Amino acid sequence: MTKRIVIPVGPQHPALKEPASFDVTLKGERVADILVKVGYNHRGIEKGCEGRPYLHCVYLLERVCGICSHSHSTCFIQAVEELANVKIPEKASYIRALFGELERIHSHLLWLGVAAHEIGFDTLLMYSWRDREVVMDLLALLAGNRVNYTVNVIGGVRKDVTEEEKGQILKAVDILEERTKYYVRVATEEVSFIERLSKVGYISYEDALRLGAVGPTGRASGIKRDVRKDDPYAAYEEIDFDIITDDHCDVYGRAVVRVKELLQSYSIIRQLIKKLPQTPLSVNVPKNIPAGEAVSRYEAPRGEDIHYVKSNGTDKPDRVKLRAPTLANVQAVAKMLENGNFADVPIVVAAIDPCFSCTDRMIVAANDVLSEKENRMTWKQLREFSINWYKKNKGVDFSKIKKSDKHI
Amino acid sequence: MKIVDRIVNWARLKSPWVIHFNTGACNACDIEIVASITPTYDLERFGSLLKGTPRHADVLLCSGPVTRQLKDRLVRIYEQMPEPKFVVAVGTCACSGGVFNGCYSMLSGIDEAIPVSMYIPGCPASPDAIIDGVVKLLKEYEKSLKDKK
Repeated sequence: MTKRIVIPVGPQHPALKEPASFDVTLKGERVADILVKVGYNHRGIEKGCEGRPYLHCVYLLERVCGICSHSHSTCFIQAVEELANVKIPEKASYIRALFGELERIHSHLLWLGVAAHEIGFDTLLMYSWRDREVVMDLLALLAGNRVNYTVNVIGGVRKDVTEEEKGQILKAVDILEERTKYYVRVATEEVSFIERLSKVGYISYEDALRLGAVGPTGRASGIKRDVRKDDPYAAYEEIDFDIITDDHCDVYGRAVVRVKELLQSYSIIRQLIKKLPQTPLSVNVPKNIPAGEAVSRYEAPRGEDIHYVKSNGTDKPDRVKLRAPTLANVQAVAKMLENGNFADVPIVVAAIDPCFSCTDRMIVAANDVLSEKENRMTWKQLREFSINWYKKNKGVDFSKIKKSDKHI
Repeated sequence: MKIVDRIVNWARLKSPWVIHFNTGACNACDIEIVASITPTYDLERFGSLLKGTPRHADVLLCSGPVTRQLKDRLVRIYEQMPEPKFVVAVGTCACSGGVFNGCYSMLSGIDEAIPVSMYIPGCPASPDAIIDGVVKLLKEYEKSLKDKK
């Protein structure tokens, strides 16, 4: 029998840009088991929101993740606007979509570089990050800051796009499109790139669906799902674009999906600029938001982002809960790595475009209900515990809801 | 000063090796640090090089207000670095906690865990600011060496 070795990766590791930690159990060269330890980046933002007025929450939630900051702030504001029963002006929804797409471009180019770095293709890293500066300059021009643009306010946006800026956006999009066509050529013709990424991190359509993969990770396994089409927000209803899917189901497929999505984003931006209506930028929203609950969905560059907001009639939210796309995708990573090579761990983890600052949670073990001998709960015990807890504390009886074994 | 020391100091000033550690930042400062070493800004023209291990590094670039979970890890990384070592706090939240002030799992700034030699504010600190900070740090160090003489 081959000896098993446990190799700790992280929290500080050259291949990781963020503090995450994995214990990889190896059997020879093959990965036998992987244990993900999260929580290094947990900052308590959800709790922090509870003591802050809604406008301050926008600034805080924007800093959930510096790469998809517009996604989180838009998703939260959509929920607040639903609670306040406000319809934003048409122009605001167009500008939100415009920033959303610019953010997608910068995030996908960033991913392409990081993925290339993980497979030792540093030339591509430098190329794609050089081109990424075009879109960063554009964001700095439009919003005044390269990252964390804070273009959203509750009830609309704070910044208009002038005629001169429109011209500069179109010019930048032309440059980026030309460069992206080169990346499409690299992704489809460069033999070393294809050979390195094919059959690495394989996850079938059924497994991806079962484990709830979202965004480009799911779309690379053939799941045709995109919030922009399924549940259109901002201005996406009036825009024509395709959902990019791929049937490779591996890291190569994920690279192809992201590069092709870039081309879709350019087309979306051109349509948004062309159709940009002339309306006011924002409407007034009262400081106190009426009591209620709302859930909002947003297609972030990494996948579906969900925010839940509960208000209580004051100017501060009662509860904010967010589910970032990485939390949905991280379940699939263990399956992707099953029986893979140890050397593939960094690229497979990087392929879901992980963002641990979005994902990290705090875990509290329910120690008081456990006996001394047992130190962990089974699924059945956990279910019973939650049913009893809700019965006792909230007066809700969940015991009649049938549990489904299909997805476990 | 001996000639050997002179050579060592010259080499140190011309090739500051950098390690980057994310201490609970939102990734914004981290992507700006990476952007500062890519072709448009190219921090590497000052001889600096991003290293993977603290044992090879002279400068520790920290971003983020230090989560409680990471505090011990940060101190350990700092202790592994050889002397003379410098810590640069990148971003407003690394300097003072910034927008995260009051969150329960946070310290407010790097200087609560380890001594800091240079603060670069900004949310996020732009690549120009990061380069400016690192260059100023090297100049200060050069000046302190001359004063010692």
